[in-house]
Amino acid sequence: MWLIFAATHPSGLTNPAERTPPTGGAATTNAYDRQVTTDATIDQRRAAADGLELDEHGEMPFPGAERPAREYDLDVGGLRLRVHEWGDADAPPMLLMHGGFDFARTFDGFGPRLAAGGWRVVSWDQRGHGESEHAALYSWDGDMRDALAMFDHATSTSGDGTSRPIPVVGHSKGGALMTQLADAQPYRFRSLVNMDGIPYKRNIPDVAEHERTTMLANDIAGWLDHRRAAGTKQRRPGTLTGLATRRARMNPRLPEQWLQRLVTTGGELVEVPGDGDAAASTSGWRWRLDPSMRFGGFGPWRPEWMLWRLPGLPMPFLGILGSEMEEMGWGTPPDKVAPYLPLDGRCEVLDGVGHFVHIEQPDLVAGMVLEFMGTPS
Amino acid sequence: MTVHERDTAGITWLRHNRVDLALHRLRAANDDATRPLLLLHGLGEATPAEVPSWIDWSGAVYGLDFTGHGRSTVPAGGGYSSETLLADADHALAELTDNDPERSITVVGRGLGAYVALQLAGARASGVHGAILLDGPGLAGGATGPSSMSYTPLPGSLVGAAPDQYALIELCRELRPADYATSFVRLANGGSPAATPIAVCATFRPKWLDAVADAPGVADTTLADAWSLYA
Repeated sequence: MWLIFAATHPSGLTNPAERTPPTGGAATTNAYDRQVTTDATIDQRRAAADGLELDEHGEMPFPGAERPAREYDLDVGGLRLRVHEWGDADAPPMLLMHGGFDFARTFDGFGPRLAAGGWRVVSWDQRGHGESEHAALYSWDGDMRDALAMFDHATSTSGDGTSRPIPVVGHSKGGALMTQLADAQPYRFRSLVNMDGIPYKRNIPDVAEHERTTMLANDIAGWLDHRRAAGTKQRRPGTLTGLATRRARMNPRLPEQWLQRLVTTGGELVEVPGDGDAAASTSGWRWRLDPSMRFGGFGPWRPEWMLWRLPGLPMPFLGILGSEMEEMGWGTPPDKVAPYLPLDGRCEVLDGVGHFVHIEQPDLVAGMVLEFMGTPS
Repeated sequence: MTVHERDTAGITWLRHNRVDLALHRLRAANDDATRPLLLLHGLGEATPAEVPSWIDWSGAVYGLDFTGHGRSTVPAGGGYSSETLLADADHALAELTDNDPERSITVVGRGLGAYVALQLAGARASGVHGAILLDGPGLAGGATGPSSMSYTPLPGSLVGAAPDQYALIELCRELRPADYATSFVRLANGGSPAATPIAVCATFRPKWLDAVADAPGVADTTLADAWSLYA
């Protein structure tokens, strides 16, 4: 039988009794309060695989992909974050951070290749992503603080228990965020690899100011409307192949079999009860990603500010950019990055490769990263 | 303003994603023809127990406790931004106008609440008939561009009572470029029926507020005049 998910969502809210008078009513209804059946058995996952053959873990196999050697939860500031590790537990640690709307298991191909170089590869699902808890609030600062907790964890639990600088690899948002953290706390970094996470500027065409204001108005109204409805949002389950096909719109260059694996590692097989007694329940796969998160948005931050932090970085720096522009890419022209490289830095451009450099070319990119990071110690 | 214990009878609870927001009704309308007034507190404050003496308004008066403040939920792990607080205020707007886009409210904000009031006046221009910006905690914010204050470490866990320590540390250093602030003025001018949809009454003028006060369509005035502008 499937387990019954707790009737309360795992939001981690602190709400002492004297502060929480809400007792029902439409305003306090949250779709996550409905009982959702999850933790399906492997047999149930296989039966819902659209005829695809899942492995002994109920996951879609992919050549060269490996499950993490260790997976566990960490409490970070009251939030439960899921950690995934590849490699020997006693090997020197390094951190690997995924991009926005991704999750650590997207490193199932890249992580083991780095681990084969003699590293303990520590990655985690960012708050609201993968198997980590859905938070009430999301921000760049919050993600940076979570990342810092992972530094503390990885270094304090390394072989000899001492804290020291470690190599760091980040993809996309993970690369950009680690670049800012490297500027703020350089003593934690032995080296930094930024994989297609170097922002240049917004992809907004040149338009008149009054038109730009209209765009901003639509962005803001759309976002606020989303927030008004966020408390009742619930992902509708779909088929394994259906989710993989939809993800191909965001990841058009990645193999179908890989996207199917993502559904089985970043998604879950669930049964969602109907809205009323007569309504039938719905079962299928859905992404674990917090449905309150969405693309787009607005705010004061400007991508080029990140670029300005690059020249001063003191640790060895390697940027890896894909030359092919695509939906999830940041559209950074390599010639725009060159003037900002730090003294001990370089940037490699991979021709014919898209935003997910480490998934498209795992052997090539892992080889570059291992050579750059040097001997594990 | 000081946090006081109060009877929950005057509170409407609004659900914003995973947070319960306390919307306090401080006073019923003396004059039903006057639109409601929404008071947005400053950083680290909460809605006061009574209508402050400096409020001169004949309509109903409400106060919203932002996330992590007053009686509202204190979430785990921080992650604050004024944009999220803008969405808090937007929930109050929806409640006070009964989701009717033809109805509007007037907003008065102190400090951080003034910055959020400006954003709400731009984001929901037709629903906000006047935003009054006052001095208060959290008015200045942080830098106006990239700075060496790029990260402030915090203890591992600060979960506890309101005001949320994460809110204090994250929102006091929030980036506030002047051109970002004035973009909300342009939005308010474009969508509000009021001739001067924003009134700056603060004495202290950080750069963003200085730019707002200088923008077209903004009344740089006294609080007494601001009440009469929107009454």
